Amino acid sequence: MSLTTDLPQSTPPNGKPGPGKAGAKQGPGRAGSGDGAGDAVPSPRRRSRQRRERLFQWLFLVPAVVYMALFFGYPVVKNVVMSFQDYTTATFFTGEAPWVGLANYVTVLSSSLFSTSLLNTALFTVGSILGQFVIGLALAIFFQRKFPLNGILRSLLLLPWLLPLIVSSAVWRWILDKDSGALNRFLGDFGIVDTGVPWLTSTSLALIAVVGVNIWIGIPFNLTILYGGLQEIPDELYEAGSLDGATGWKAFRHITWPMLRPVVSVVLVLGVVYTLKVLDIILGLTNGGPANSTQTIATQSYALSFQEFKFGEGAALGNILVIISLVFAVLYLRASRRAVDE
Amino acid sequence: MTTTITSRRGPARGSGNGTGRGSGRGTGPAPDRKNWGSTALAILFLAIMLFPVYWMVNASLQPNGTTLETSWLPLKPDFTGYATAISEQGGNLGTSLVISLGSVALSLAIAAPAAYALAYFKVRGAGIVLFAILISQMIPGIVVANALYTAYNDLGLLNSIPGLILADSAHGIPFAILIIRAFMNGMPASVIEAARVDGAGHIRAFWSIVLPLSRNSLITAGLFTFLFAWSDFLFALTLTTTEAVRPVTLGIFQYIGAYVNDWSSVMATAVLASIPAIILLVAAQKYIAAGTTGGAVK
Repeated sequence: MSLTTDLPQSTPPNGKPGPGKAGAKQGPGRAGSGDGAGDAVPSPRRRSRQRRERLFQWLFLVPAVVYMALFFGYPVVKNVVMSFQDYTTATFFTGEAPWVGLANYVTVLSSSLFSTSLLNTALFTVGSILGQFVIGLALAIFFQRKFPLNGILRSLLLLPWLLPLIVSSAVWRWILDKDSGALNRFLGDFGIVDTGVPWLTSTSLALIAVVGVNIWIGIPFNLTILYGGLQEIPDELYEAGSLDGATGWKAFRHITWPMLRPVVSVVLVLGVVYTLKVLDIILGLTNGGPANSTQTIATQSYALSFQEFKFGEGAALGNILVIISLVFAVLYLRASRRAVDE
Repeated sequence: MTTTITSRRGPARGSGNGTGRGSGRGTGPAPDRKNWGSTALAILFLAIMLFPVYWMVNASLQPNGTTLETSWLPLKPDFTGYATAISEQGGNLGTSLVISLGSVALSLAIAAPAAYALAYFKVRGAGIVLFAILISQMIPGIVVANALYTAYNDLGLLNSIPGLILADSAHGIPFAILIIRAFMNGMPASVIEAARVDGAGHIRAFWSIVLPLSRNSLITAGLFTFLFAWSDFLFALTLTTTEAVRPVTLGIFQYIGAYVNDWSSVMATAVLASIPAIILLVAAQKYIAAGTTGGAVK
């Protein structure tokens, strides 16, 4: 695509004749070096040099391509293959994994757990994203104000995002502990509750608690990206708007929100994609319990493969998760592109 | 597509411009009056957000054993939690450190040349590589782990440090490529062309011109890949089956997996496992800012 527009800029042979300045002067912005796509009749010698040049260029990329193929490409393909096989612990000893067609998918989809974990995944994702985004945006708008220590305070807010997720889970496990957790003691001291609330051990509260913790983890990321987006909006727009009487909420609706839309899409799409695959937090806080009330598709897939050793079924469920995440991303990107086009 | 939106902003508008002073924006107060009211409010937000971190430190300093209630302040700090943590998890912390450093080395060695190729040579297929990187972010870790487990089992890489270094780099390499590439995109091509004209080969131009000039982005990428590998839990959980190699994240999980009656040593381990994040935040402020702006991809 960009190949045709680049000026051919091959380096002089032996590197001697070209005075140092020439290369610097003609550089068209910054563009690729050596690729003589525009030449009319390249001499054979020149062409072989170009070929060598291109080979060299590819060498820089090869390790990354190989790595990506081995650690992302291969697992995806392998997972698809495994999902059609009866792949269990026995496979590791016998090396045999008989083909079973769609049996794994049928088992997984018809299990009563599937609807539970699908619903939990949806609630977990929507709840987390909504909370993170609203609070993150509110804080981002707040930090648009000029006040002393703004920069330092804003960057300290990043800490929850930088901590290992399993550390956050451990800390929250202790804070949310029924008998001596900080939250219940705090609520108790203010007389809001009499007895310890079983945040993580009640089937009706556990999912809410897990969503709450995930919101806490996600706020810094939303805040940072949205803050950056807000900073990009030119002041003149607000000045012009205020002349027309657009201040406060009106300014937000008619200036801030439309200008922020592209950044909002990025934050939301990435947020959903990352939330769908969350595993650490749920395993650390509740391990999917109590009574599967926090089991999501990701945790269920883990349990099938690594606790029940039904790798085929785990793979099938994992693939369903990939499809959900892809469908969502495509739909959303298309919707937001249409919105921009209009 | 998504990366360009966020990464372009990086150098244009530094991150540290939010501090005090300067002309008030829009309806803000007079520029010369310090707005301490907002500062107080911001400190309140911060206190709420960081309470769990405080609580972790506080609980880690409580005396061991049978105390039912953790006191709100560590008035009589007690370090037995740390003694237990170090004796029980010290080895795991070391394992995590080795794996994380290994992952940084591997990630940078793979990502830096790739970023250079993507930023400078318009090789055919560069668009595909970038697209693949973005798509890779949608692949759930459990899918990767599921397939890797069987492959690692055949290759004898289960329960091994090289195995975990390789797997953990999956968190860091795509991110590092994007961060370094975004930076190299902003570097003047003339510098490299001048070197090439002077007879430097690709490798020498890359090694002695491009890499030194990209120092900041390499540090940013290195810090984050360290943090990603250090925080990794999924691969530690799935790709180890014995106690032979056990990163600290898995050690903490093992702690909280059973009934916990000694929270002070759990929290002490948590504090120790948070040290890299805290060091990063305090010592490497500007790199973090660069990383999070480009971090829309992670």
